[in-house]
Order: sequence, then structure tokens, then C-alpha cells
Amino acid sequence: MSRRVYVNAAVWILLLTVPLWFPWVGGYTSLATRVVIYALGAMALNLLLGFTGCMSFGQAAYFGLGGYGTGLALIHLTNSTVLAVVLGTALGGAAAFIVGPLIMHRRGIYFAMITVAVGQIFYFIAERWNSFTGGEDGLTFTRQPIHFGTVVIPLDTVWFYYFVLFFFAVGAAVMGLLLNAPLGHTWVAIRENRRRATFLGIHVERYVWASFAIAGLIAGLAGSLNALQNNFISPANLFWIESGNFVIMAVLGGMRSFWGPLIGSIILFGIQDYVSSYFPNNWELVIGVLFIIVVIFFPNGVLGIIRQRTKSA
Amino acid sequence: MQLLLFDGFNGLIQGAFYALLALGLSLIISLNSVINFAHGGFMVIGAYLAYALVPYLGFWGALVVGPLLTGVLGILVERGLIRFMYARSDPVYSLLLTFGLALIIENAVRSIWGPQGVPSTIPPWLATPVSSTYFFVTGYRLFVMAAIALAAGALFVFLRYSNFGVRIRAGILDLETVSTLGVNVYMLRAVNFAIGILLAGFAGVLASGVLQLSPTMGNDVIMTTFVAIVVGGIGSLLGSVLGALLIGVAAGVTSAYFPVASDVVIYVIMAVVLIVRPRGLLGQVGLFE
Repeated sequence: MSRRVYVNAAVWILLLTVPLWFPWVGGYTSLATRVVIYALGAMALNLLLGFTGCMSFGQAAYFGLGGYGTGLALIHLTNSTVLAVVLGTALGGAAAFIVGPLIMHRRGIYFAMITVAVGQIFYFIAERWNSFTGGEDGLTFTRQPIHFGTVVIPLDTVWFYYFVLFFFAVGAAVMGLLLNAPLGHTWVAIRENRRRATFLGIHVERYVWASFAIAGLIAGLAGSLNALQNNFISPANLFWIESGNFVIMAVLGGMRSFWGPLIGSIILFGIQDYVSSYFPNNWELVIGVLFIIVVIFFPNGVLGIIRQRTKSA
Repeated sequence: MQLLLFDGFNGLIQGAFYALLALGLSLIISLNSVINFAHGGFMVIGAYLAYALVPYLGFWGALVVGPLLTGVLGILVERGLIRFMYARSDPVYSLLLTFGLALIIENAVRSIWGPQGVPSTIPPWLATPVSSTYFFVTGYRLFVMAAIALAAGALFVFLRYSNFGVRIRAGILDLETVSTLGVNVYMLRAVNFAIGILLAGFAGVLASGVLQLSPTMGNDVIMTTFVAIVVGGIGSLLGSVLGALLIGVAAGVTSAYFPVASDVVIYVIMAVVLIVRPRGLLGQVGLFE
């Protein structure tokens, strides 16, 4: 128990002080922002993948919808960046809530195929509805400074990092609380033995639905922040290849642990940043090889390896 | 009316392609328990192999050698990578493995043949229209339909009557029992994977005559093939063919009347099928749930 407190404290101290130490290891603040945003998306996916045991391969759809919700809100509805984030998040969550009943009866391979196919529906809508979503070209907008009475927060690089970190903290807190609540324990029970959970009188489908909806909601939040960082959203954020990125982050870091996806996000973006500056044409190849190496040799991810080491020592 | 026939026929051709891919993918999902995200990639390899081989072997030579080479590559991939996934109960691993493989194939094809699409050459007598009224019915398209029908027919006969085919079908139902009866299931799975990849390569070679080749063409194709399998019912080969033809024709006809929706319509069909028949058109209760 106390170990968990130390780990959490260390993670938060490191995250809060990023602008101080990150340049020392060759990073820059906007890279850290991206890492945190995608980590949130991957942690949301991990609610389904690592904690409920449902292989979702369509998470990018809700991530992208969050971005479209925020972008469209900023263009048509409001000047408030915070309200736009809330609306984007709600759109991602609502979509996942509606899709839930369609997929919650499925398991394993079937679950993966249906989530990815449903995700493609949203992709094609975004790509084809030119007049509303900008089609293939996507949407451009600008995030607005936040006004607290007379105080103005400009949301430039470092400020935006803390803006993102605030919402990351909210998302992480929600997920942490849920996982420690009876709801979260029921998810783990479903993951470990679905049939036994059913025998115990648990309405497994409803819990899968809840997991899917909450994962979609928080993916929507991450997508909304991602759109704000780029001041841009395009259908590519909804494409199934983006879903694959979230899955690899979760697996790379460790699916069974809360912070695993954060580690995965750091590694993936670190490698991508490094490789794409040296081999701009072949970074996909490097990532592909990385996928295969991780899957064959490190199926439990980085945190899984660390855990094994500390156990055997 | 002619427009409708034109688009309907186009859809049927597309559907036949998807049927060929769906058959292979369905075999691999059923027996190897692997969602092969690289299936589209193998199709692209087949298509580019045809493009590379036609100058040396001619069209007919490429039609035979291209798929065989793709199939050999399939065996190598199965022995070198896929087989490590069989012991893993979580489908996420095989999915990520083939996802990485798809990225590698796309990048390799782009490095070797360049990012721009290249068309393949087909015998001139196949390229001429059959009649001037129905200009879209070229000899090549009829040939493609016949070739796909023949390949699908051969596969059904193989699975129905040959010893090996019977073992594959038995393995799909209960691999453990098949293994205890003395069948080498490792070989069975390797050959099954290769057959699926060979069919993908065959589809690629045929596609190289009608479609513009590009390294990314596998990405869209694989998703449509998934939808075909979900619509038809996972685990049912006949269902995969039905599903593929259905969505092919539906997409074709939609593009005649409502072009904007031609990509979405297949997903709408999938959603409707899932609501009305959750296991797909011909899916069986209890399989893959």
C-alpha cells in the first residue's frame, strides 16, 4: 500500500516539474504535452483492455470525436476553451454510450473486429461530411486564452502543458477512484473469469457497457486536448491505425498496471521523435519492428518486467 | 438503368475480390485464432509481385507464380512469428503482431516500388469490352469473376473432400481433439495460414490488372474484408462469401444513387445485421464468443 503511495507521488512530482527537467534529457515541452495527452487516451483504453479484459481496437473513434466536438464548439458555439473541452469530452462519451449496447455482448476477437468496424463509421462520416467536418482537410481553429475575472491565462506552450496536466489529473483521478470502487473490482472479476462473474449474478454486459462508455468519455477528453494542442483536427485521428497506437502504448508499458500506458506513451513518442529525425521515411518500419519485438519478447510490457524482477529478487 | 448496371457490376467485381480475401482471412481467424491485420499487406505484395513478374513470365506465369511466392512468404511469417502467438490466450498480442507486420509491409513496398501507384499489364485480348452497349463488361473483368469463382470452388472441394481439408474443418471445431487423434496440428496451422495468404496473393495479382496499385491500398481493403466477415458470420466460410458479395453490390449500387455514402453504407449494413442477427448472417451459436 505504501509502495503505491510512493509511486503515485513520484509520478506526480515528475509530471508537475516537466518544464524544469525535460529539456535536460533532450525533450521539449510540447512533446511532453503530447505524451501526456496520448497517455490519457491509452489509460482510457486500458480500462477496457487491461482491467475489463475487452480487446477494443476502435478507441481512436472516441478520441477523434472528442477533437471534433471541441473544434466545432470553438468554431460555432463558444470562445471558452474549457467549455469546448467539456463539450468534446461529452461527445466522445455519448458516442461510446450509444455504441455500447451494440458491442457489449461480444468477446475476444469478435469484440475487437466490431469495435474497429464501428470506429470506421465515425471515420467515414468525418471524412465525407465536407460541409460540417471539413472532410479530408479537417478543421482549423484557435484555442482561446482563459479569463478568470481580470486574470488571463494565455495557454501558450508551458501554460498549455499545465492546462493539459490539469485535465489529465482529473481523468486519472476519475479512473483511479473507479478502479478502487466496487465497479472497478467487478471489471477485474469479469476479466479474470467472465463465466464465474455471470454465475455470481453480475450483469456482465452492463459492466462492459459502463467500461466502454467511461473509456470513450476519457478518450474524448484526451482527443479534445489533442485537437487543442494542434489547433487542428482531421479524420486521421479517427482512423484505425490511431487505435493501434493506443493499444501498443498500453501493451508496451504494461496492461495490468495503472501507469503502464503512460510509460508506453513516453517510449513510443520518444522513439518516434528520435527515429523520425534520423530516418524520416522509415519510422513506420521501426515502429512495426518494435511492435513485433514487444509482442514476442515483452508481452507484459516494461512494468511487467520490473515487477518480475522485484518479485524474484 | 445502364448506370445502375454499371455500378452494380462494379460492385459485384469488388465483392468478389473481398470474398477471396474474406475466405483467407476467415480460415486464418478460425484455425489460427489470429486476426490478420497484415492480410491487406499480403494482397499488396501479391499485386506488386505480379507487376514485377509480368515482364519476365507474362501474365499467365505471374498469375501462377505470384500467389505461390506470397504463400511461401506466408509460411515463413507463420513459422517465424505467428506461431509464438498460439499459446497466448489474449487476442491482443496476435493483433498487434500483425498490425506491426502491416506497417512493415507497407513501408517495405514503398521503399522498393515507390509511393506512386503503378498499373500492371494484362493481355490485350482480355482488355477489350465484350459489347459496345455494356462497355464496362471487359473480358478481363469476366475473367476475374471466373477465376475467383474457380478458386473459391476449389477451396470448397478441398475442404470438403480431401483428408487435409477435413482435418482443417475439424480443427476449427476442436483443435485439441484433432491433436490427440494424431494429427500434426502445427503443420495443419502452418499450411492453413499459407493457404489464406496464397488466396490474398491471388486476389492481389488479379487486382493488379484493374486497380491502380499503391502501398497503402491494403489499409482500406482489410477493413472492408473485416466487415464482410462480421456480416457473414465469423467462422462461416460461406457466410464470408455472402457477406462480401452483399457489401460489394450494396456499395456499388449506393455509389450510383448517393455517392457520398458509398463508403459508409457497408458499415450501416453491418450495424443492421448485428442488431437483427448478432452472430452475422450464417454465424453459429457458441463459436467465437
